[in-house]
Amino acid sequence: MSSIGTGYDLSVTTFSPDGRVFQIEYAAKAVDNSGTVIGIKCKDGIVLGVEKLISSKMMLAGSNRRIHSVHRHSGLAVAGLAADGRQIVARAKSEATNYEKTYGEPIPVKELADRVASYVHLCTLYWWLRPFGCGVILGGYDRDGPQLYMVEPSGISYRYFGAAMGKGRQAAKTEIEKLKLSEMTCREGVIEVAKIIYGVHDEAKDKAFELELSWVCDESNRQHQKVPDDLLNEARTAAKAALEEMDAD
Amino acid sequence: MELQLSMVDGSVCMKDSAKSEISSERTLYPYVTGTSIIGMKYKDGVILASDTAGSYGSTLRYKSVERIKQVGDHTLIGASGEISDFQEIMRYLDELILYDKMWDDGNSLGPKEVHNYLNRIMYNRRNKFNPLWNSLVLGGVKKGQKYLGTVNMIGTHYEDDHLATGFGNHLARPILRSEWREDLTFEEAVKLIEKCLLVLLYRDRSSINKFQIAKITDEGTTIFPPYALKTFWGFSHFQNPSKGAAGTW
Repeated sequence: MSSIGTGYDLSVTTFSPDGRVFQIEYAAKAVDNSGTVIGIKCKDGIVLGVEKLISSKMMLAGSNRRIHSVHRHSGLAVAGLAADGRQIVARAKSEATNYEKTYGEPIPVKELADRVASYVHLCTLYWWLRPFGCGVILGGYDRDGPQLYMVEPSGISYRYFGAAMGKGRQAAKTEIEKLKLSEMTCREGVIEVAKIIYGVHDEAKDKAFELELSWVCDESNRQHQKVPDDLLNEARTAAKAALEEMDAD
Repeated sequence: MELQLSMVDGSVCMKDSAKSEISSERTLYPYVTGTSIIGMKYKDGVILASDTAGSYGSTLRYKSVERIKQVGDHTLIGASGEISDFQEIMRYLDELILYDKMWDDGNSLGPKEVHNYLNRIMYNRRNKFNPLWNSLVLGGVKKGQKYLGTVNMIGTHYEDDHLATGFGNHLARPILRSEWREDLTFEEAVKLIEKCLLVLLYRDRSSINKFQIAKITDEGTTIFPPYALKTFWGFSHFQNPSKGAAGTW
């Protein structure tokens, strides 16, 4: 759905006659063109997964991390322009450490999501700043349990059970809705996320991708970390097997 | 101008009450202090021991002060001297370890790195005439390599197989010099440490009969709950102490 915003799309401080800010919508397009990013909230924690499209065979596996720890208890998965994403991650880290310095407890995930969203929104208010060309999925585990938030380039932030951004988000969202998240543990969730990412990956358009998975759950002691290697391999194998089953039909 | 002997690290400092306007931001003398720390390497790792006293000058004010803390996965730190400065040091170290953890790259700061970091902090503070009034012992194991080092408020730092701060240097180190061996088992090491702790209990007026032992090996860290040692006061000289004394003194 493309619309020409002739004249009204030159600046983020201009509304169109039908009440849209085109620059923000164009920023969202940058997110839509990136690799799929998924987050799900299981009964004991959060799982974040990224379909990291590999642009060159020379890239070392494990580099160009798309999922970052923002504090001990939360992580951010970035979709869209990676450099913009780094800026958001840096800001989130700084907010989290400042909160803990001031209040003596780890920042509640809701508060962190609020601050990230405010920061992203800030950059849509001035003509001399451009909006961030990336969206983030923030998952954390605090006193109120595991929580999942998604922040879009417009600065909108909602809390979700399951969220997806990027190329395969429509297909991913359909798959996530099929899952019974409230009964799933993170261990099972990791496998499901891997299956979804492998499923929505478009073999024709994009060649290779690397799967990046992280979790924060009771099993990881409520710390945000990369999914341990053995579970990651298990997830990859299960996902590839599921893909072959689908192809076989 | 009076000379004051600091019981903490045996240093003699001058108490000048005339200099008050500019020096409101500087540490002049310690208030709540901890006494000696003893550390030594043993077969599987490193042991640190201390009592749990926080003295307010000559008053044994606080009796449950944990002066040995864990820093990251590979290090233990024991502090003697000003307790509030130790709490500040823990803030610096917690932040250092947090940022290290957030990289999530499979590497983590070891005792040598933490020691170097602390050395920089302590020496730079001393150069600004605003020291953190502590003597610190750092012990840890990383990838099988045992490490034991110390750094104090003037920035002096060194490593050894066994270390102590404050009175421990005078009372415990001689015992360790003659009885320490490279291949002590944990039980033997604890016995040796208890021998040193007992001497300190008898002879150091700022120590109390409540001790904590902490050990660190490649497998992990354990800080044991506080316990007391058996003391003997039944010496004949303590019976009827004023029996042979002339006069009413």
